[in-house]
Amino acid sequence: MAFWIASSPHNHTQNETSALMRLVIYATLPGIFAQWYFFGWGNIIHIALAIFSAFVAEYTVLALRNKNIKKQLFDGSAILTAVLLGISLPALAPWWVSVIGAVFAIVVVKQLYGGLGHNPFNPAMAAYVMLLISFPVQMTLWQPPLSLMSMELTFSNTLSTIFTGFTAEGFSPDQLRTHIDGFTMATPLDTLKTGTTMGLTVSESLQSPVFGDYFGVGWEWINFGFLIGGLILIAKKAINWVTPASFLASLFICSLIAFLISPDSSASTMFHWFNGACMLGAFFILTDPVSGATSTRGRIVFAALAGLLVYLIRSFGGYPDAVAFAVLLCNMSAPLIDQYTRPRTYGHQSGTK
Amino acid sequence: MSNEYKELARQGLWKNNPGLVQLLGLCPLLAVTSTVTNALGLGLATLLVLIGSNITVSAIRQWVPKEIRIPIFVMIIAAFVTCVQLLMNAFTYGIYQSLGLFLPLIVTNCAIIGRAEAYASKNPVKQAGFDGLMMGTGFALVLLALGAIREVLGQGTLFDGANLLLGEWAAGLRVEVYNLDSQFLLAILPPGAFIAMGFLIAIKNVIDSKIAQAQPQPEEQNIERVRVNFDAQ
Repeated sequence: MAFWIASSPHNHTQNETSALMRLVIYATLPGIFAQWYFFGWGNIIHIALAIFSAFVAEYTVLALRNKNIKKQLFDGSAILTAVLLGISLPALAPWWVSVIGAVFAIVVVKQLYGGLGHNPFNPAMAAYVMLLISFPVQMTLWQPPLSLMSMELTFSNTLSTIFTGFTAEGFSPDQLRTHIDGFTMATPLDTLKTGTTMGLTVSESLQSPVFGDYFGVGWEWINFGFLIGGLILIAKKAINWVTPASFLASLFICSLIAFLISPDSSASTMFHWFNGACMLGAFFILTDPVSGATSTRGRIVFAALAGLLVYLIRSFGGYPDAVAFAVLLCNMSAPLIDQYTRPRTYGHQSGTK
Repeated sequence: MSNEYKELARQGLWKNNPGLVQLLGLCPLLAVTSTVTNALGLGLATLLVLIGSNITVSAIRQWVPKEIRIPIFVMIIAAFVTCVQLLMNAFTYGIYQSLGLFLPLIVTNCAIIGRAEAYASKNPVKQAGFDGLMMGTGFALVLLALGAIREVLGQGTLFDGANLLLGEWAAGLRVEVYNLDSQFLLAILPPGAFIAMGFLIAIKNVIDSKIAQAQPQPEEQNIERVRVNFDAQ
């Protein structure tokens, strides 16, 4: 009779990659629900399309690389990438946008670098930036919230807009985006940016109906949904609280300083927090264990840098939102941050190398 | 054709290709290959300069002092680039304009000075000229492949604007592969060039490893050794 003596640690957690990925996907549900409520079926259709294309792309590449297809295909990482990409796409973008994006994310950003765990960039955000640079027209097809639209957008109408470019009645997305009063609507961040460029003060820009009572109709609830999902992840210990806290604090401080100096030309702190992809980025993108920094101090620096970049690009850059660009720039600097924030090894004195 | 010329052709076109293997002259390679026409224009210009500079460098190699050979090579190359630039300015003004700065920048193309230094300054005129022809052709082929990939992906056409380079008859060469409502801007922008270049290099490496696998492997004799040194433990 043989006794198999395993070396320590003897207690194992059952946390596999797939379980973690599943948890993160469940945590995006509140935010997706808010998106569905305010912007209709578009994002859900895009998520489905992205998941399908990501699966096909992942299967093809894994087969070409002679990998264990069954294990790696269903580890959930491809689905999570597709879900995050689908969330960040404009709801009325044509179908091929999410297909190209998902295939690029899986094949070029993830698998060409060696698969899960080896990618230097966050696949969903790299694909988003690729799409934004390649198809600026389609990627800015953000529709106004349903309550502000002059036409009703049903599920079948959304589906036919995504696949054929027109609703069943023959309206183009540009017509759909038109407000009852006859002007095209953009996202709150975009509207504010345009307003400031035209010389309006922030409070004058905020008169536009896209802002609603607080920071933007729908957007505040979407961000609130992702905030709840993120808090669930922290409670379940799936992500470290340091990264989102540092990111949000950094964005808060930057926007507070600007607001105190010149309240007429800069938006309030909470406007920055509850608009665009802020909460999604804080809790779901920056906390990516592969492409982020590793030590606690490194994560603080990493996320604070992201917050600063988001603020700078939102305020002074050419694009209204900046989370994807900020995340990619931080991904690039993650190895350097890791180099300078190595934790002290146990037993060594602090201060000496 | 003797063996030496065969080897030179193989080196220039495939095994030691300036674009895919030496990775020299990447700046014009990535910057101007957004269409086939631009790529062809720059490829021909580089080819002409490379042949001319190789022949000249080889012809005067006995009289060039070793210490100041680099400045002399650069001046020879610059002279040829000026000739080519003036010729293109005179006869193909459209392509001259669309290549812009990258035409005079051929002077700094490391592929050319690399060949002058590594081959032409040590070999007779005939071989040096042939080497220039082959290296230049290899470089031009990579430019063409990259230009074709980027033009098809970016605008869905091939040979768009070929009449600028080849004269009016070439306007009929334009092929519309497929029609796009919106351009795929990434393929036209420099990052797309980097990605496409990476794919080209990968394809070349795959072909090389397939060829290496197809070669019969020399069988290695297995010699079993028994470790008899008990003291080390």
